[in-house]
Amino acid sequence: MSFVEYSDFIQDGDVAIIYLGHDSLMPVKVQQGAQTQTRYGVIRHSTDLIGQRYGSKVTCSKGGWVHVLHPTPELWTVSLPHRTQILYTTDIATITMMLELKPGSVVCESGTGSGSLSHAILRTIAPTGHLHTVEFHQQRAEKVAEEFKEHRVDHLVTVRNQDVCQDGFGVSGVADAVFLDIPCPWDAVRHAKTAMKRQGGRVCSFSPCIEQVQRTCEALADQGFEEISTVEVLLRVHDVRTVSLPLPDFGPDPSAQTEPDAAEKTGPVQTSVSLKTTTPPREIPGHTGYLTFATKPRT
Amino acid sequence: MADNGDDDSQYRIKQGDYVVLKRENIFKAVQIQPKKKVIFEKQWFFLDGAVGHFYSTTFEIVSGALQLQKLKNTDSFTDAKEAGTDNRNIVDDGKSQKLTRDDIEDLKEKGLEGQEIIQHLIDNSSTFKDKTEYAQDKYIKKKKKKYENTVMIVRPSCRILAMMYHGREPGKICHLRYDTLAQMLTLANIHAGSKVLVFDTCAGLVLGAIMERMGGYGSVIQMYPGGEPVRAGTESFGFPAHFHDMLHGFPICRVNALLAGTLDTTAKDPSTDVKQSNMAAEDGRQQPEAEQPEAEQQDSPQEKSMETSSGADGGHDREKEEKEKRREAKAQERLVKLEEKRKKLAAAAALLEGRNADGLVIASRFHPCPVLMGLLPFLAPSRPFVVYSQYKEPLIECYNKLKEHGGAVSLRLTDTWLRHYQVLPNRTHPLLLMSGGGGYLLSGTTVATDRAKPAGSQRAEEPAPKRLKLTDTEG
Repeated sequence: MSFVEYSDFIQDGDVAIIYLGHDSLMPVKVQQGAQTQTRYGVIRHSTDLIGQRYGSKVTCSKGGWVHVLHPTPELWTVSLPHRTQILYTTDIATITMMLELKPGSVVCESGTGSGSLSHAILRTIAPTGHLHTVEFHQQRAEKVAEEFKEHRVDHLVTVRNQDVCQDGFGVSGVADAVFLDIPCPWDAVRHAKTAMKRQGGRVCSFSPCIEQVQRTCEALADQGFEEISTVEVLLRVHDVRTVSLPLPDFGPDPSAQTEPDAAEKTGPVQTSVSLKTTTPPREIPGHTGYLTFATKPRT
Repeated sequence: MADNGDDDSQYRIKQGDYVVLKRENIFKAVQIQPKKKVIFEKQWFFLDGAVGHFYSTTFEIVSGALQLQKLKNTDSFTDAKEAGTDNRNIVDDGKSQKLTRDDIEDLKEKGLEGQEIIQHLIDNSSTFKDKTEYAQDKYIKKKKKKYENTVMIVRPSCRILAMMYHGREPGKICHLRYDTLAQMLTLANIHAGSKVLVFDTCAGLVLGAIMERMGGYGSVIQMYPGGEPVRAGTESFGFPAHFHDMLHGFPICRVNALLAGTLDTTAKDPSTDVKQSNMAAEDGRQQPEAEQPEAEQQDSPQEKSMETSSGADGGHDREKEEKEKRREAKAQERLVKLEEKRKKLAAAAALLEGRNADGLVIASRFHPCPVLMGLLPFLAPSRPFVVYSQYKEPLIECYNKLKEHGGAVSLRLTDTWLRHYQVLPNRTHPLLLMSGGGGYLLSGTTVATDRAKPAGSQRAEEPAPKRLKLTDTEG
């Protein structure tokens, strides 16, 4: 397995995603002789995982079973260990398209955080692109670099432990796209410009607060960025349900009584109607962040 | 700054390129062709002037020709920054603009640039100076929209084409909004090197988006209804030729036959291509034996007829032979085309037969339920799929059917809201208008079905109550 290439069978050293049930996933580093505890019992890697096909059903010691899934950036996003607030798939999808990422793209990102977006970028730009990611928190930078290695995508990424607002991205004139998820993106706009190709490219900044957006837009305009646009994308999940609506009893219908035969034919009175529909979850995320996009023109 | 010319040449607009015309947020996809007249935003012009210039250049339309924009107009209006504070004294008497309609027409006739016309309008507006700064901005913006005669030529991309289709022809793409398309590409884990199944009746936009994300690595099999796949939108991407090597087509009307193992891709005259014969050998249901003689036969009639026609002397005979020759050539051409088609079908069938595709994307005007159930068997286990529908109800049906049938986990029925913001000093707010709906998605991941699983002993050990309990929690 690798996060950028599918394989059919689980091997020693892979990262597999255990699907325990609705919205309950768990990443597992597959190791000969290792065991993983789940709420359905223990999974023995040597017999239960290694050599099995991805997507198989695995029976745990307590008799319950789980599915073992091939890792993807999307599954990783909902199961990864949080070291920071992370970006979720809805925003990631929008960012990927609006930054025009594709195989071969060279991308700069800061901060790396927990690597949720990084994995999605790497998947999209493989096999010929490269990601330069900057994280000023040393421990986080080290941890994420370790993960890239485990996920066999380290050949596509360079992690730099520095402050992007002061030191920039560590590259210049190479990037097709830049992504900023930092508290003061306006301080990094000029570094973004430096990192980007002379021929131009796309930039995106993610900020939770509108004041941050204001300052970023000003900085982008000052630096000559064009096509500045701010959007917000919200995900709505629809829970599929079969609901039953009771029918009120209006009492005997006098008009129907005139024809007793017809009343008999209708048989027992229906008391409810069931239908397949969806309901919104009780609570949904109402805001993640504003996404500001811009184009760097040719310089 | 040390880029060499070679590097830059790929950023220039060339003859034959597929490009997109842009003004503000309005797009139009065209191909650059000599002496080609296009109409964009009520103005017509020829594209010849754009050739050789860089992408993302802004041109002025000057009597039907494209010329490089001379000055970049960024708020160069009104040197005197005079503005009112409120509108208490502004009265709508209909006389604030001193230029008449005829005056404006005259200005246009004189070939004045849009910017100059706007300046005239401002100068002759008695109320402009009393308007607030914001109202002035708004006024200029409105006039710009009306009188500006510039057009930018940009390189096509999924982002731009998806926005273009959504803005211009949403009906053609089943009202698939661009943020929904973005979700699809991500949820289906589209990336280089995979084998993706697509059922796209959205003008080929979804197919193009997938091909862009795969960068020419891997394979895409487009399942299509009717006689030919629709790929107008795909063409607008202007992919390099080698991208088309990864693209296969398979008529959806043959899916049942393929699933039942009764699909016959063997035509009367067997394959002539060596590579094809290898594939056919693997297939095991074709007859590549007779390929060599066939190949010779295919070439020979034309040669023969040429010889005879050159040797013929009688006028009558000649005419007859010419006719014969033409007919034969036509028949030959048809045969070659049929053969091509058959070969392509066989190649696509061979790709499908492994039932090991890495992803499935459905975006069509058809009822998604039978499409999904019919195509899901071609996916390997632990692979994502995503189904688009303009309406939610058919996806509810898909969801229930999948739950019943099994073979998929983490099913989710979703849609997204997209909100645009105006960000200006002291005037930041969501845009007044937003798109009402961009369609719905059902996504999930395939898993091995019990039937396909050889290790039956494991299942036997499972106590039934646990299984039931887990089924409840399964999403």
